[in-house]
Amino acid sequence: MDTLLQQIVSGLATGAIYASLALALVMIYQATEILNFAQGEMAMFTTYLAWSMLKAGLPYWMAFAATVVVAFVGGLLIERVVIRPVEQASVLTIVIVCIGLLVILNSLAGWIYSYIIQPFPSPFPKTPLRIGGIVFGLHDLGVIGVTLVLLCLVYAFFRYTTLGLAMRAAAQNPASSRLCGIRVGWMLGLGWGLAALVGSVAGMLVAPVIFLEPNMMFGIQIYAFAGATLGGITSPFGAVVGGFLVGVIENLAGTYVPLIGTELKLTVALGIIILVLLVRPRGLFGQAVVRRV
Amino acid sequence: MRSALRLLGSGALLVVAVLLPFVLSGFRVFQFTQIWVYAMVLLGLNLLTGYNGQISLGHGAFYALGAYTTAILIDHFGVPYGWTIPAAGAVSFVVGFLFGIPALRLEGLHLALATFALALSVPQILKYFDSWTGGSQGIVLSKPRAAFGLTLGPDQWLYYVSLAILLILLALTRNLLRGRPGRAIVAIRDNPIAARAMGIDVALYKSLTFGVSACYTGIAGGLGGLAVAFVAPDTYNVFLSITFLVGIVVGGLGSIAGAIFGALFIQFVPNYAQEISKAAPWAIYGLFLIGFMYLMPRGVAGFFREARRRRSSGARADTEAPFTSEGGHHAEA
Amino acid sequence: MTPAPSARSVGPILEVAGLHVAYGATKVLHGIDFTVEAGGITTILGANGAGKTTTLRAVCGMVPPHGTVCFDGRRIDGLATEEIVRLGVGHVPEGRGTFVGFTVEENLRLGAYVRRQREAVAADLERAYAYFPVLGARRRQTAGTLSGGEQQMLALARALLLRPRLLLLDEPSLGLAPRVVQDIFRIVRTINERERVSVLLVEQNAAIALGLADQAYLLETGRVVRSGPASELRQDDAVRRAYLGY
Repeated sequence: MDTLLQQIVSGLATGAIYASLALALVMIYQATEILNFAQGEMAMFTTYLAWSMLKAGLPYWMAFAATVVVAFVGGLLIERVVIRPVEQASVLTIVIVCIGLLVILNSLAGWIYSYIIQPFPSPFPKTPLRIGGIVFGLHDLGVIGVTLVLLCLVYAFFRYTTLGLAMRAAAQNPASSRLCGIRVGWMLGLGWGLAALVGSVAGMLVAPVIFLEPNMMFGIQIYAFAGATLGGITSPFGAVVGGFLVGVIENLAGTYVPLIGTELKLTVALGIIILVLLVRPRGLFGQAVVRRV
Repeated sequence: MRSALRLLGSGALLVVAVLLPFVLSGFRVFQFTQIWVYAMVLLGLNLLTGYNGQISLGHGAFYALGAYTTAILIDHFGVPYGWTIPAAGAVSFVVGFLFGIPALRLEGLHLALATFALALSVPQILKYFDSWTGGSQGIVLSKPRAAFGLTLGPDQWLYYVSLAILLILLALTRNLLRGRPGRAIVAIRDNPIAARAMGIDVALYKSLTFGVSACYTGIAGGLGGLAVAFVAPDTYNVFLSITFLVGIVVGGLGSIAGAIFGALFIQFVPNYAQEISKAAPWAIYGLFLIGFMYLMPRGVAGFFREARRRRSSGARADTEAPFTSEGGHHAEA
Repeated sequence: MTPAPSARSVGPILEVAGLHVAYGATKVLHGIDFTVEAGGITTILGANGAGKTTTLRAVCGMVPPHGTVCFDGRRIDGLATEEIVRLGVGHVPEGRGTFVGFTVEENLRLGAYVRRQREAVAADLERAYAYFPVLGARRRQTAGTLSGGEQQMLALARALLLRPRLLLLDEPSLGLAPRVVQDIFRIVRTINERERVSVLLVEQNAAIALGLADQAYLLETGRVVRSGPASELRQDDAVRRAYLGY
């Protein structure tokens, strides 16, 4: 019988995945005011790339590192090539382009790798960890650990490096950034690259649990959106907190609320999104949106 | 002279449409029925997204609602199919209108997100209430037989019923958009605050548009279910909603005739592309979505309209208003 | 990054010829010509709506310029703003353009973004604080909490951290108390004399602008109606009546 603590840890592990993807979503939203509906598919696709490398015999951490680099470059290229022509276009146009990207990546993965469900290895040993009589999965703990390290690195990058400062500036005030000689377009590209990098880590961490198939990230992405919405789409910190929260809520609701069980999980995400958008659209930590007339 | 030509052209197309079932095989007739059904959905979705500017990535939900309303009424309550179609429309209208009320508070991106989440939840919700919906197995229906003693096969009968309803909806929509409601709807898309300042009840119009849009889609869902003679949850997944989006993009955002172009596209492309590979239709959809946003933001119908307008001098204000690419969410200092 | 040696040691650092600018269908500048001498201060005067801000924005590429804009002998019309800035053109825009969410020091560091030598930048930071002690006192404060005058100083300091060869100033006196305005203009003169930074100053306040500048141009609804040495324009009757109030 799983105790509450086990459920919470388990929830935090899924929450870590949501938090990473939510951070990726918020980074892009802050820079370009775009909700990247294709973020999950980008993560899925890079996970497949990792899988190819593993199949070719590469050791796990080498494939991991290579995938992360490829994801970064891929994200950068996608922004510069696909998104840049429509950056200033209407909301609808950008949404449509992102959905187009989603669909292309999904079908590309299906075409190259087929729709057969594949297993994906976890770098963490399968033996459970026993702490004070309670059993925890090492993969869960590993996911939480890796995610926290990643998030700290991203935070440090933005806070303490000049490039990070320039990227934040470009997101906040592109016009003034240009007056400082900052190449705003490339900053946006870097933002997408970093977001894709973070997403690729999330993909590789979650694939061992939910198995690799082209549609694997749909549910996760919507939960990441729920987390970002709950935490505040304008706040990276909020997105991370929101992601963890949503993971825990999902797990606890699934276990303790018999009405929901495991069958209505996606509806829970829908419920969270709608509830937050109606009651407090800026989320827990976001800034209030002021509409200028 | 020009409008006489257009009238003649439309008339010719109508004659062709009426004669088709006598020329084509049963399967092709079914495909064209599906095209009329899709055209109704696209008409409704375009009304909401193209003309009124409310982005919906979840119209598959209303399609499913219509389909299951029809199926449940027939299967559980023995209602004659003729009544189930208006019922599907009515139920969808109410649900759409009710959904439109909270949607008022959601800006473009947030509404897109909420409707996307809705689209994702539909199969799960349908499977959950399995005592009504038949769960994963779905509900089997029988194709309705021709009424009024006409000697038509079930496929052909459904073809004419769908075509008739489509024509009615086309006429209704055209009239709606040509009148004051139409101008109000477009004004709300282009500048909601100015619209409110001009005395338009933005909230009411937006919710009503949602309702009407859902109504068209629900009617289509019911007819679609009858045409296939089967409803099952996994058909109504997020990809269906995305298919509808492809339809209005290719056909033309903010265009009535575009509904038919778009329907033709989304019906036939998968048929032929699937010969290449299972994944091909979606790759094509994706390329078209992105390509059209780069090159033809107003879709096929808009492209023709632009060509006509450029040939004739002087732009005429049309209720088939060009889709403006000004979202208004960036305030330039 | 020390400024590269000038292509020519004398002559204009900025030459603008036949500059037309339109916002959509509205024409704002109808083909204007002006120059800024190397090491000099040129001012463009005019009332609201004359097109002064548009002129500066066209020079640094924020609006598409039609015509010729030459910076140090090199055509810059058509270049992106950030590339023009990297060539050595600093711009203090209308509205200051400070990064309100960042601290004073972060704002200044962003001004020096394109420069490579750490020590030179650090030295310049200290010099900025010396020129503007109030900024030094508030270096860790968020820029959004500064007063209007302090933000103007911050914007100016930030542009200076670029080590520009040409400084574009857009109505620096706008909304500021006279005392603050005097301070700022004093600093601009010092920088011009000491660092040989050329200045293109756009101003509504003709008196103070003519007191600072060498060359002056008068802009009215997008056309240059008077030009010449500042001392001449100060004596010009029409200018005196319309802009100097006597």
